[in-house]
Amino acid sequence: MAVIIEKNTKIIIQGFTGKMGTFHSEEMIKYGSNVVGGVTPGKGGQKHLDRPVFNTVKEAVKHTGATASILFVPPAFAADSAMEAADAGIKTCVAIVDGIPSHDMIRIKRYMRRYSRNEKMTLVGPNCAGIISPGKSMLGIMPGHIYKEGRVGIISRSGTLGYEAAEQMKNLGIGISTSVGIGGDPINGSSFRDIIEKFETDEETDAILMIGEIGGPQEVAAGEFAKENMKKPVIGYIAGLTAPKGRVMGHAGAIVSAYGESAIEKVEILKECGVIISKNPSVMGDTVKSVLEKM
Amino acid sequence: MDIHEYQAKEILQSFGVTIPRGGIVYSPETAENKAREIGGSKWVVKAQIHSGARGKAGGVIVCNSPLEVAQATDKLLGKKLVTNQTGPEGKIVNRIYIEEATDIEKELYLGLVFDRASESIMVVASTEGGMSVEEIAKEKPDSIIRSKIEVAVGIQGFQARELAFGLGIEPELIRRASETIMGCAKAFSELDATMVEVNPLVISKQKQILALDCKMSFDNNAMFRRDKVSELRDKTQEDEKEVYASDRGLNYVSLDGNIGNIINGAGLAMASMDMIKLAGGEPANFLDVGGGATPEKIVKAFKLITMDKKVKVILVNIFAGINRCDWVAQGIVQALEKIEIKVPLVIRLAGTNVEKGNKILRESRLNYIEANTLEDAANKAVAALK
Repeated sequence: MAVIIEKNTKIIIQGFTGKMGTFHSEEMIKYGSNVVGGVTPGKGGQKHLDRPVFNTVKEAVKHTGATASILFVPPAFAADSAMEAADAGIKTCVAIVDGIPSHDMIRIKRYMRRYSRNEKMTLVGPNCAGIISPGKSMLGIMPGHIYKEGRVGIISRSGTLGYEAAEQMKNLGIGISTSVGIGGDPINGSSFRDIIEKFETDEETDAILMIGEIGGPQEVAAGEFAKENMKKPVIGYIAGLTAPKGRVMGHAGAIVSAYGESAIEKVEILKECGVIISKNPSVMGDTVKSVLEKM
Repeated sequence: MDIHEYQAKEILQSFGVTIPRGGIVYSPETAENKAREIGGSKWVVKAQIHSGARGKAGGVIVCNSPLEVAQATDKLLGKKLVTNQTGPEGKIVNRIYIEEATDIEKELYLGLVFDRASESIMVVASTEGGMSVEEIAKEKPDSIIRSKIEVAVGIQGFQARELAFGLGIEPELIRRASETIMGCAKAFSELDATMVEVNPLVISKQKQILALDCKMSFDNNAMFRRDKVSELRDKTQEDEKEVYASDRGLNYVSLDGNIGNIINGAGLAMASMDMIKLAGGEPANFLDVGGGATPEKIVKAFKLITMDKKVKVILVNIFAGINRCDWVAQGIVQALEKIEIKVPLVIRLAGTNVEKGNKILRESRLNYIEANTLEDAANKAVAALK
């Protein structure tokens, strides 16, 4: 059983009939993901891509038994959609959308506090590439074929930098158990620490590659967690060595605004936590390889 | 998005914060009159630019007559002010705020920020007003008090009182101080702010609690629902190339180096810049054309990079996933039929159909240097400088 999603995980698409929703639903179906339907309010009862459309997530869950969803709704409505998924009993929700206001993200996370730990939905994203367990299921927008099946877990803020790592590893013959894009926003559904903890108990994962960047306390929090609680090796890379202080580097969350948030500071702290640092982004694959060879 | 001091003051005033009497002018001719209108016998003339530390840069002038106010306004208007936050090129002064001078008894610090660790809004206060919060944290860390706002219910009266008492404010002023703190917190929550800073917040000799200098920043992602705030944007305070980029849906940050780069995805863009630095070069910019790297975005990106006279080499690094390298390569070839590139060009493609993509580039009439890995691309870009 893979971490977070499995081969048969039933998936619904929120924002199913839109252009983005349609395109990426087709890609996921082609990859072999078990897409069982979708939600577009007002279009309930119709069929789209040979699958049923529902008005609400609750109806979709009731009729399909879906446990996972992926959001392709505009930023202004994304918070509402994520909370709807949580309330309908969805277990894993991926928010691809870039541009959700930070105040909305805080609202979503406060809303989700009403659920007990066992009932609580895992929200991944926003502003992310999603989740893939190669050969099993894809709940995201990544190019599935660049991921070779294997036993290394990847967690990345950035989409394309995560792809870069997957391809470097593929070229070296290294496969991936699951890759999770947690997204580039300042406040996200799941943190590095949340995912790294899942990988530690995942039987299909031997080592973890964590691709972070400047801004925020998350990489350090994950490093400290790893130091205290993990047996599996963690390899890390932090992007943004050359980023000036106080400027947003594309991702809303990629801004150095406090002590410990620059790439150099994060690398130093992670090293102290026992994380093996990839010295540059061109050798992420090589660094993983050398760690695996020593195991 | 940042706004000017006077705009932040107007906003906070509407949330119950008291500010000194003042007004905005755009010319020396109106300044003298404005000073008389405000009244009093002493005024402060303040250059309005999107930066702190204006005082040290000569952007704040104390005047003793309306004539002096006019002269100070004349001196500052149209000038480029260089502070430790603007970079060497400085920022243009197009607006002047004239304010009655305040008899200061005590200067305090009040700031509100998003706290990413606790995912809530944090109020930060200190008795050491007038210094930057970084300086306070370094020199007087014990003076800092914090209070976390539970966003579901907003700031509570007791929190504001605790902060006010914590700042050593005398009992008869606690109520006004609490109202000021609560006003700032409400403005933060209700307007999608990402930062509110009142520094200094002063207690005047007349026992008033006044916001003497204010700063506010807002969440760009929330501007769709904040018409009134988004109208306050002043593009003259932003880098010309950055405005050009943001108007065209590109993520761009202007930097000091000479290797221009065009990359898809923010993380990959930062990583490529890092590789340039490790190879001994300096990036001229951060530019993310978006994960998809559509031909339209690539055309716009080349136009933007060629506007930058510092650029001596251009590095293109695209990881094509679903959008395939052959399609991206066609986009690059088409873009460069329309735009003339006078500096060396290094192109690295990776991902789906990379061989096909490179074949298209090789068979085109493009004059470029092919690179295979991130490291190779950075090394070739730096080598091409010579």
